[in-house]
Amino acid sequence: MAAYRCSSPVWLFILCSFSVFIIAGSEETPVAQEQHANVPDNPQTAAETAEQTEKETGGAEERRWEGTEVRDAATQKQAEPVVLQSTPRPKDDFQEELVVRPLHSGDIYASFQFRTLWETDFMRGNKVSHYRLFPKSLGQVISKFSVRELHISFTQGYWRTMQWGQPYLPSPPGAELWVWFQDSVTDVDATWKELTNVLSGIFCASLNFIDSTNTVQPSASFKPLGIGNVTDHRFLRYATLPREIVCTENLTPWKKLLPCGSKAGLAVLLKSEKLFHSSFHSQAVHIRPVCQDWQCKTTSWELRQTLNVVFDLHNSGQGKREWSLFKMFSRTLTEACPLASSSKIYIDITDNPEGEHFELSPATSLLSQAMVLGDRRTFSVYDLTQQDTFGSVRSLNLLIRWKSTEGDMLRPLLHAERYVAGYGLQTGEIHTLMYNNHPYRSFPVLLLDSVPWYLRLYIHTLTVTSKGKDNKPSYIHYQPSKDRVRPHLLEMLVQLPPNSVTEVTVQFERALLKWTEYTPDPNHGFYVGSSVISSLVPSTVAMDTNSTQERPLFSSFFPCKEESSYFVRVYTEPLLVNLPTPDFSMPYNVICLTCTVVAVGYGSLYNLLTRSFQIEEPSPGLAKRIANVIRKMRGVPPL
Amino acid sequence: MGLLSDPNRRRALINLLTRLNAPICGMPVEWLMKTMQARGLEVYTQRFSRTLPFPDENKERYMVKGTNVYGILRAPRAPRTEALVLSAPCTPGDNNNQAVGLLLGLAQYFRNQIYWAKDIIFLVNEHDLIGMQAWLEGYHHTNTTGMDWSPLQGRGGSIQAALSLELSSDVVTSMDLVLEGLNGQLPNLDLANLFYAFCQKIGVLCTIQGKLQRNDWDSVSGYSHAVQTMMLMVMKQASGRSWGDHGLFLRYHIEAATIKGINSFRQYKTDITTIGRLLEGMYRKLNNLLERLHQSYFFYLMPSLSHFVSIGYYMPAFGLLAVILLLRALDLWVQLATPPSSSPGVLSVLTPLVISHLTGAALYTLPIRFQEMAVEHFPVSETEAVVLTAIAVYTAGLALPHNTHRLLSGEGTEQGWRVLKLVAVLYLAVLLGCTALINFSLGFILALTLVPAAAFVTPHVPKVLSAFILVILSPACTLLFSVFFFQELQEMPVSFLDGWLMYLSVISQGILDHSLYGSLVYPLIALLVYPCWLLFWNILFWK
Repeated sequence: MAAYRCSSPVWLFILCSFSVFIIAGSEETPVAQEQHANVPDNPQTAAETAEQTEKETGGAEERRWEGTEVRDAATQKQAEPVVLQSTPRPKDDFQEELVVRPLHSGDIYASFQFRTLWETDFMRGNKVSHYRLFPKSLGQVISKFSVRELHISFTQGYWRTMQWGQPYLPSPPGAELWVWFQDSVTDVDATWKELTNVLSGIFCASLNFIDSTNTVQPSASFKPLGIGNVTDHRFLRYATLPREIVCTENLTPWKKLLPCGSKAGLAVLLKSEKLFHSSFHSQAVHIRPVCQDWQCKTTSWELRQTLNVVFDLHNSGQGKREWSLFKMFSRTLTEACPLASSSKIYIDITDNPEGEHFELSPATSLLSQAMVLGDRRTFSVYDLTQQDTFGSVRSLNLLIRWKSTEGDMLRPLLHAERYVAGYGLQTGEIHTLMYNNHPYRSFPVLLLDSVPWYLRLYIHTLTVTSKGKDNKPSYIHYQPSKDRVRPHLLEMLVQLPPNSVTEVTVQFERALLKWTEYTPDPNHGFYVGSSVISSLVPSTVAMDTNSTQERPLFSSFFPCKEESSYFVRVYTEPLLVNLPTPDFSMPYNVICLTCTVVAVGYGSLYNLLTRSFQIEEPSPGLAKRIANVIRKMRGVPPL
Repeated sequence: MGLLSDPNRRRALINLLTRLNAPICGMPVEWLMKTMQARGLEVYTQRFSRTLPFPDENKERYMVKGTNVYGILRAPRAPRTEALVLSAPCTPGDNNNQAVGLLLGLAQYFRNQIYWAKDIIFLVNEHDLIGMQAWLEGYHHTNTTGMDWSPLQGRGGSIQAALSLELSSDVVTSMDLVLEGLNGQLPNLDLANLFYAFCQKIGVLCTIQGKLQRNDWDSVSGYSHAVQTMMLMVMKQASGRSWGDHGLFLRYHIEAATIKGINSFRQYKTDITTIGRLLEGMYRKLNNLLERLHQSYFFYLMPSLSHFVSIGYYMPAFGLLAVILLLRALDLWVQLATPPSSSPGVLSVLTPLVISHLTGAALYTLPIRFQEMAVEHFPVSETEAVVLTAIAVYTAGLALPHNTHRLLSGEGTEQGWRVLKLVAVLYLAVLLGCTALINFSLGFILALTLVPAAAFVTPHVPKVLSAFILVILSPACTLLFSVFFFQELQEMPVSFLDGWLMYLSVISQGILDHSLYGSLVYPLIALLVYPCWLLFWNILFWK
């Protein structure tokens, strides 16, 4: 949409010049007619005129061709904002993809991925000014703030690992933002502050609430996902806003970043009335530099927009256990985005090789395999760029009809939970449980905890136990909090023994805030963001390490360095902690009381002090008054 | 509110209820798990076991082993930070099957709704309060009473409110609200208001303390009815027990109440659908809460469901009683200051203090410690042994040579008892003041009996008569009278023998409540109030 809008001045210019052509043409044609009319009158000059007209019409034809050329280009532009065909090879590329995974629990998981690749360099001296597929608003952010990598996600709901397995792209409830800056940035904190404010405007979210009290610099948990092996975490900033509510106002600007907007292609399905009628909704934007080819001689910028949504079987309201694109999104697909070089729908049919769990229609013969999350998965593929995908009705409405009942809980290899223990408003204990369900392999995990300053962690009470024994972390990075300045940051590298639960506990004391620091709803509680657990989990199949090979988008996000393991990030639930809260109606009572006291006490004193006292003469008796009346009538002064 | 308007759903619920009406041995854990899973909940179980310090004869249990089953309805697009609890105790036999059936029916209906913003936990707890204690301790990972429980697997964040459902009979004529929790804690008054508002809206008869509200406040009978209701609440609160499964939630700052379906043999009958609508309405209201319930009162007494007496009104009554003690203390202080005579030694004050507190400590520890020995030597059961030991220690405390201080410091002086009484009076004032702040009813009842005794006891009053009055006003006798008074209030008067048996069982329940749930009334009486009373006993027999 941004690309579309930014090209409109050029477009207008072309239209104007075209209309000038038309006016010129209309002026010339009567001349030609006149000349044609002259032909019978003057046969002598017929040849000449014929020559002339030939020249004229030839010229006119040439112009018309040009004109049509221009008009073609213009109409083409109206349909799709592509620059003239004369461009040798576009340096940018757009792909879209939808993965549908019928979940174990009977729910359905739909994951959209839109990827724009652009071979350009935002960091060069001359400003990049011509944008085609890449949204200009984000391009300018990258070059202005010298961003190396930017990851932002908005999530409403919590991913239920026990029922749904691992997501393709994990994200914590609320908003999450992490940015790697270029080495050239001198004042990272100021740049970060400015960047969050700009992003807050772009995404229509309260990212401007990110300040030093909720920003941390993780030393190990968030490595760059793109190329470039920076490890200096001075250039990294990470912040979460667990309370952020995600809704349509965040979805609309997100959709505007797509080249086709929500006009064509898969984005047609993204209608908010259905997306927010779901169990889980998460949208994200990831920007990073990636290699162009396997030699990695040239780099290009990758913009990945992802949207994950889980629809609930029970809330669907109908008794039938079936899902279709129309039922999920209240739309069907009729075309691919014309700008997309690839536009595909993948349906995960790994658990359903013979069609015993669900039935898929229309059937497709195209199958694909991919290594996702340590497993080889099989997918049915629908290529939207092929016309025959849409069939005779010219619309694609995938239908999944369940046959079996819903299953039990899953046992994902790695999952985690967190809660606050204890009672009372003075102290408490944060428990983080990490489950390793692998039968015989242990693996290390990195735990990142960022706790606001108003929970004063007693770090000496930190214990890590697995199977009842003390489990000493091999690496601990702890940065204590400063009141009202920065949060606690705790990072640990813990080895999880096979088939075990590892429990991390730390006690805290609840701080008493200043009365202006309470939120308008202090009795709701205060949020503590999710812990982040990053790990390389042993894989059951050999993972694909060749990052440049053509792969489905959902399987190529996290770079895979070795074949035997795959990267997983797990977020725990955020915590809601009650702090000691004064009775805020008491100041009101006090004000009422003091006002009354002041009004009564001060008022009467003031009255006494300012009133002038005079001696009032006693009223004369009745006889005297009558006498006075008579004297007045007589004109004599009264007594 | 379309609950059960669908005939299919109603039929399913009726099937469920008939299934539950069939006698079940113990709790059908497997069946409950399967049923909850079929309703689309995340189901977890928790095992617990607890050996009671001595057998509980009322409920016939000693070695308690059980399983709690709970299913979590995950709210769509909510990050697991807040939860509501609906619990129904599943007792052996089929006492509460209706409630479990209704809970499952509600779970099914709630699961299909989109509007939930908080997770809802449906809990079926075994062994009523013990199971609830295990579940709450597991949920908050605390262990205050030394119970064995398996850790919980699934949680829903911080619990905002909880309701416990008890439908003991097939025919329900009215819904009764139970508020009194452990140690006399009460939930926020808004929870009671919510219940009352919905009962009015749906047209269910609602009661508190099993008593209907009357509209004739002006008449004497209406007024006495309200006083009777309020006194019942005072007695229940003073007992410090949890009068329903909700009582244990209050420790964790979770607003909770028990809703009981009672059959009071009135014409009016309520069907289970109406109760379901009532609960649905309450849960939707609680679901909409942005903050915890905090706007209304936490300290109140209720003469009827629609009226309450706030702390501002009842506290002065206690204050007037406490002022007597302070005035008496001032009087003693002045008396001590005026005649310049020899000041008594520290020992003459300290010795009675230490001795009476040691007696109190014995009263607190001995009954449970010596139950085995008592059972060996006397033909009594464990429970009787504990209670009788307690009474024996209590009575022995009266007979102790309280004038031992004379051995240490010579003759007891006039000044001596004055100093001792000053200390005792101030001690009692502080003790009652603190108690009344935490549990008003208990503080008030103790003050009613102890303050007159404390104010007027001196060594110079007639010994026998005073001793008799003092014993009548001692904490143990107060408890005995309270038992009869409570029965009287409930309109179920008992004979003296029955009352005595009830008194014994109340003592054993008090001791059990302390060791099982951490009720503080027994240690308060044994360690503080009884020694304080012994000081006055000591003053009476001062020589």
